[in-house]
Amino acid sequence: MSQRLKLTKWLVVLVVLHCIVAGAGFFAPYNPVEQDREHPYLPPMRVHLMDAQNHFHVRPFFYPLRLRTGSFDQYEEDTTSAIPLRFFTRGTPYRLLGLIPSRLHLFGSTDARIHLLGSDAYGRDQLSRILYGGQVSLLAGLLGATVTLLFGALIGMAAGYYDGWRDELLMRVAELFLALPWLYLLFALRAFLPLAVSPLEAFLLVVAVIGMVGWARPARLVRGVVLSVKERDFVRAARGFGAPDFYLLRRHILPETASVLLTQAAILVPQFVLAEMTLSFLGLGVPEPMSSWGNLLASLQQYSVLVSYWWMYLPAVAIIPFFLGYLGLASALQERVGAYKIDEKSSWNPS
Amino acid sequence: MRYLLRRTLHAVFLLFGVSLLTFLFSALTPGNYFDEMRLNPQISPESIAALHTQYQLDRPLPVRYAHWLNAVAHGELGFSFAYNSPVAPLLWVRARNTLLLTVTAALLAWLLALPLGVWSASRFGRVPDRVVSWTTATLLVIPDLVLALGLLILAVRTGWFPTGGLVSVGYEEFSPLHKLGDLALHMTLPVLALVLATLPMLVRHVRASVAEVLDAPFLRAALGHGIPHRKLLYGYALRAAANPLISLFGFSVGTLLSGSLLVEVVMSWPGLGPLLLESILARDLYVVIGGVLLSMIFLVAGNLFADVLLYWADPRIHTAVSPK
Repeated sequence: MSQRLKLTKWLVVLVVLHCIVAGAGFFAPYNPVEQDREHPYLPPMRVHLMDAQNHFHVRPFFYPLRLRTGSFDQYEEDTTSAIPLRFFTRGTPYRLLGLIPSRLHLFGSTDARIHLLGSDAYGRDQLSRILYGGQVSLLAGLLGATVTLLFGALIGMAAGYYDGWRDELLMRVAELFLALPWLYLLFALRAFLPLAVSPLEAFLLVVAVIGMVGWARPARLVRGVVLSVKERDFVRAARGFGAPDFYLLRRHILPETASVLLTQAAILVPQFVLAEMTLSFLGLGVPEPMSSWGNLLASLQQYSVLVSYWWMYLPAVAIIPFFLGYLGLASALQERVGAYKIDEKSSWNPS
Repeated sequence: MRYLLRRTLHAVFLLFGVSLLTFLFSALTPGNYFDEMRLNPQISPESIAALHTQYQLDRPLPVRYAHWLNAVAHGELGFSFAYNSPVAPLLWVRARNTLLLTVTAALLAWLLALPLGVWSASRFGRVPDRVVSWTTATLLVIPDLVLALGLLILAVRTGWFPTGGLVSVGYEEFSPLHKLGDLALHMTLPVLALVLATLPMLVRHVRASVAEVLDAPFLRAALGHGIPHRKLLYGYALRAAANPLISLFGFSVGTLLSGSLLVEVVMSWPGLGPLLLESILARDLYVVIGGVLLSMIFLVAGNLFADVLLYWADPRIHTAVSPK
């Protein structure tokens, strides 16, 4: 029972996190490509309840930043003008989930720009970029995992069902892919695909590349399941009644592989998100001005950014809850599969 | 012996497969290194075609592959267009640096993981075990990219460690001891990043396999005979748990190589990683293929080493007829 609870807990965590990213338009105060060149690299702003005169305000407010006198890159709070933070305010238009046009934002301000997590070299809001970048990275991870699992399931089922030389060949190739360090494989694949492409093409390319990398492990696991399932009585019975191969695979064998595939999905998605991040971080993935968690971190490759603008590291911190969620889900699923197996065993030999 | 022979054959097969695979991928490449020259009006199409012929880019794929295999058999790995030099010496310098990093990291990670895992398993479910489990779980959810960047920021802000490169300026004039110290200081951060990235996985596996063995009747018997606790853990339990751990060692080589690729780029360590990235961006075909192949050789060597270890550690392999 507690296993079920655990599973639900992690699922809820993940759903909430994904909803926040999917609804980036609402949660982010600005458009991720909207620039403010007058104010590059603004540090994260603080939201106050107590003003400079130590008076308490019910409505949270912030002080806009201005250049410290005599400095050209050090900002300080301009305590003369407190700007109230407005919730459920109307701001820049966006399309929720790419469909529903809206102007409603969770928070914002009409008088000055607020950057809770600072801004980047072009004065773009870091929080908005992290949220929108998450859409790209997570979608790449999810799509990549779908492609991989599709390939993995197909190849694994083919290998397990049609044994003999086909099985041998497929599993040898799978072994090859398993043995390769994944980053090298990713690099090798990416090396031989076009470099200068449009952002959308680049995104699809990244999905294709990471989708092609990971099929071997799910394929082997699915093959194992198929090998044992196809000798089970209900499958043999169906075959005896003259069911065609395709029907057997789809109706009787595929459902049995579901738990393996689900567990693999929970393991693969964060790996692929990381793969996308790595590619984009290295400049081989999604290009600017589109933001992804990887290319948001790319500016850290400059020494000056590393020294002075620590908030450019925040995208890296933002992804950790997602990884935690997926890890938790994967281990909960694994435990469940384990428990399920024990159940099955005990039901096979009733004593 | 048959076992080792089979493993070696398997390794050779793997290397062949990888080289064939990379060549196949390269056939899909749109464009090559000389494409950018087309934009230059001072270079005539004829000379570009001549360059293609010179480097045999106009030949069909099987011919190129056969040619390249022949070159590899002679200890060459093709020719780098960008560096205008043979690939092998170019790669060799970089590979040495990568090896320095990965071998050190692997040694350190295992030296830490074994006692930590055994300690954790021997206090299964108690406070030390929980602390170790929580720490490894925390490290596990921090991806290596994030970890490496975080360490780099730490280094920059504290100024304790150099933030890139292999050695300091003026390295040549240092005394031998100073040279060693300088190198060690430069290695600290990348090695730390690699160790922290691989450690959690290793500790968890060591803990799991030792904990499994600790329940075995022979260990209870040994305990009953009054054999000291330490000897029991490290002499008997670890030995019995060695089999999956040695397989894990082979696997961890691959993870380390991948990790090192990234860490090298992030921390500007002059290893294979930055070279590979550069050559991908420049479409320097043979450097990419050579780099991937070289790392594959490391991987295979690591796996073979694991196989030899397994042969030595597990007497069942000597005697058993190899199962198909």
